[in-house]
Amino acid sequence: MKNDKIDRIIDKHGCEPSSLIQILLEIQSENHWLPKEALEKVSKKLKVPLSRIQHIATFYKAFSLVPKGRHEIHICMGTACHVRGAPRVLDTVKDLTGIKPGETDLDLKFSLETVNCLGCCALGPVMEVDGKHHGRMVPAMTADVLRNYD
Amino acid sequence: MARINSPAELEELRKGILSKRDPNKRCITLCSGSACHASSSEEVAVSIEEEIKKQGLSAEVDFRKTGCHGFCERGPIIVIHPEEICYLQIEPEDVPEIVSQTIKENKVIERLLYTDPSTDEKIIHESEIPFYKNQERLVFGSNGNIDPKSIDDYLALGGYSALAKALSRMTSGQVLEEVKKSNLRGRGGGGFPTGRKWEESRNAPGEIKYVIVNADEGDPGAYMDRSLLEGNPHSILEGLTIGAYAIGSHEGYIYVRQEYPLAVENVTIAIKKAEEYGFLGKNILGSGFDFTIKVHQGAGAFVCGESSALMTALEGRAGEPRPKYIHTAVKGVWDRPSVLNNVETWANVPLIINKGADWFTQIGTEKSKGTKIFSLVGKINHTGLVEVPMGITLRDIIYGIGGGIPGGKRFKAVQTGGPSGGCIPEELLDLKVGFDELTKAGSMMGSGGMIVMDEDTCMVDVARYFLDFLTDESCGKCVPCREGMRQMLKILTNITKGKGKEGDIELLEELSEVAGDASLCALGRTAPNPFLSTLRYFRDEYEAHIREKRCPACSCKELISYYIDPVECKACMACLRKCPSEAIVGGKNLIHVIDQDKCTKCGTCFEVCPPRFAAAKKISGEPVPSPIPLEARVIVRESKEK
Repeated sequence: MKNDKIDRIIDKHGCEPSSLIQILLEIQSENHWLPKEALEKVSKKLKVPLSRIQHIATFYKAFSLVPKGRHEIHICMGTACHVRGAPRVLDTVKDLTGIKPGETDLDLKFSLETVNCLGCCALGPVMEVDGKHHGRMVPAMTADVLRNYD
Repeated sequence: MARINSPAELEELRKGILSKRDPNKRCITLCSGSACHASSSEEVAVSIEEEIKKQGLSAEVDFRKTGCHGFCERGPIIVIHPEEICYLQIEPEDVPEIVSQTIKENKVIERLLYTDPSTDEKIIHESEIPFYKNQERLVFGSNGNIDPKSIDDYLALGGYSALAKALSRMTSGQVLEEVKKSNLRGRGGGGFPTGRKWEESRNAPGEIKYVIVNADEGDPGAYMDRSLLEGNPHSILEGLTIGAYAIGSHEGYIYVRQEYPLAVENVTIAIKKAEEYGFLGKNILGSGFDFTIKVHQGAGAFVCGESSALMTALEGRAGEPRPKYIHTAVKGVWDRPSVLNNVETWANVPLIINKGADWFTQIGTEKSKGTKIFSLVGKINHTGLVEVPMGITLRDIIYGIGGGIPGGKRFKAVQTGGPSGGCIPEELLDLKVGFDELTKAGSMMGSGGMIVMDEDTCMVDVARYFLDFLTDESCGKCVPCREGMRQMLKILTNITKGKGKEGDIELLEELSEVAGDASLCALGRTAPNPFLSTLRYFRDEYEAHIREKRCPACSCKELISYYIDPVECKACMACLRKCPSEAIVGGKNLIHVIDQDKCTKCGTCFEVCPPRFAAAKKISGEPVPSPIPLEARVIVRESKEK
């Protein structure tokens, strides 16, 4: 991530330590993960110790300290999806991609995450790939969906 | 836009907006909430716009992308005004017909209407569909009529009149008294009286005070706050501003999950518009009252729904709760008095100010007033958001509005209150919904998630699911929650895997007691509820898992097996082709057999086996019958020719 981009984000939030989370969120959304250099820069500019930034970056689920794959798979594990069979969908996706939730495969093709509710319970179980929702999933359908991504 | 400087100017503006609107002009409203968005309402919107232009109707018909209509099961939804013709499950291909038939020719398209499953009758009007007919949509009703990005739409429906009334005709004390009198209780979980919380903050020492909207809706299966914030953001801003006036605050925050990008977008636009019109900022409506609102995005932590954790997060730190010997209403954000209420609570405030506490208290039960929005999800025919008066029975919600359980299955339980709540069994279906009634049944109101479960749901697995969720979300600050949950999860997981032993239930009860008594915040204190309530009503399921290694609902993977009944199997190859692990042996005219060593128990065979054969079976607690010998697997079909 370019230095001036980080500067721009920090300046936008007025260089306030109370905006730390908002700044990290914006870096995360632009860059898809938080590189160490970016965190050091934020630490210096906001005068917040790096340890506190690390605390926040590991506490909240939105942040990643490792690079993400080209395609992000989110499997909804909300209660409605759970009772409609989401665990079986997750198991099949784990088998197909060879990665567990929170992991990225070696080719940086897929990252797999579970989420706690995507708020479209009528479509459950839901699998979201790069922001596109695939509803009413059953294990047999997952392979067909994932085949469309490379 | 020039600022509005007095209530009189606001009324002038409203008149101006209304005079430009012909109530008899055709208007197509399309649900564009997140759920419909996921079922491609955006594509439908594009084709509506194109089709109106193509058929030369731009002058005769308005088109409005609204917030969530609630009936998510049948989205995307179109309602055509003024007749209120409601079309469900619209696809882009349907649009040309809708425009040419209904808009041009005034003809109703039968196949897009709702069909009553019991009478096969087609229902034309939205309000007559049983899902809507039995609701009382006071807070949520406007969602389907306004474009959330347009402040004029909100003003046309009387928006900001409550704020004008409060600022011009009531003292801040009178506003507080009205809210106290209404007995409004917090819609986010605990049901604490809103007026009392406000009063505590109003009386707390300090010049600077804050009001905050809690939109960190984290309960899995609950999405009403998101739909309100996405669909009608001004109603929340108006409520928040009135609350700020009552307690003497000049700064407000909206804490919203970053997972809700549309809510963030719509509420940010709404704040900007409200500032332009003068409903926010300095000297609001000429009253001398100043108030500003900032949006803070949550970075994903369930515990931040808890008041003290949320306030810590607002300060830009990791959202860990603190003991609340001193309420946050007295010492909250930066140790200043802070009132935190849920989205739905704030949205109720303008209604109470406009229509009065006496009107509000007529709705509901003795101790729970007003209405509540529930997200009715899970094994239910009509998934969606429903707003009902307090005091309605669970049966009326699940069967009257929700249309019962799909697939002719039997109702088992309804889970309310999210991870802090519990499961309510069939025998309590006639329970009246209210804060205290639900707590007495071992559950709670919570933010309004209502997850329906049928006979295929294992209650031990449900308890394990919530413990798994909470273990993951525990912030780790206090030991009873951090360690207690972990041990409970371990034991429950063992039980669902058939490794449960005698004494496990008692140990779980003991751990529940400690976590319930000694945890720092409500997350830990209520965490044992899913276990305790399922144990209370479904003890037999726990015992079956532990003693017989059997899952009565045939749901726990380690305790079930799939097998194909050789008598029923017609060798149709459906399961054989679909099995992802190639565990099915067989062929054309050869009865199929599951290789148990290869089977991953994904359940695909069970799902694809044609119901008229129903040969694939799920069994638990009994050994898999050994496969029939090879030579007996050949099916000799009778020749079709005689």
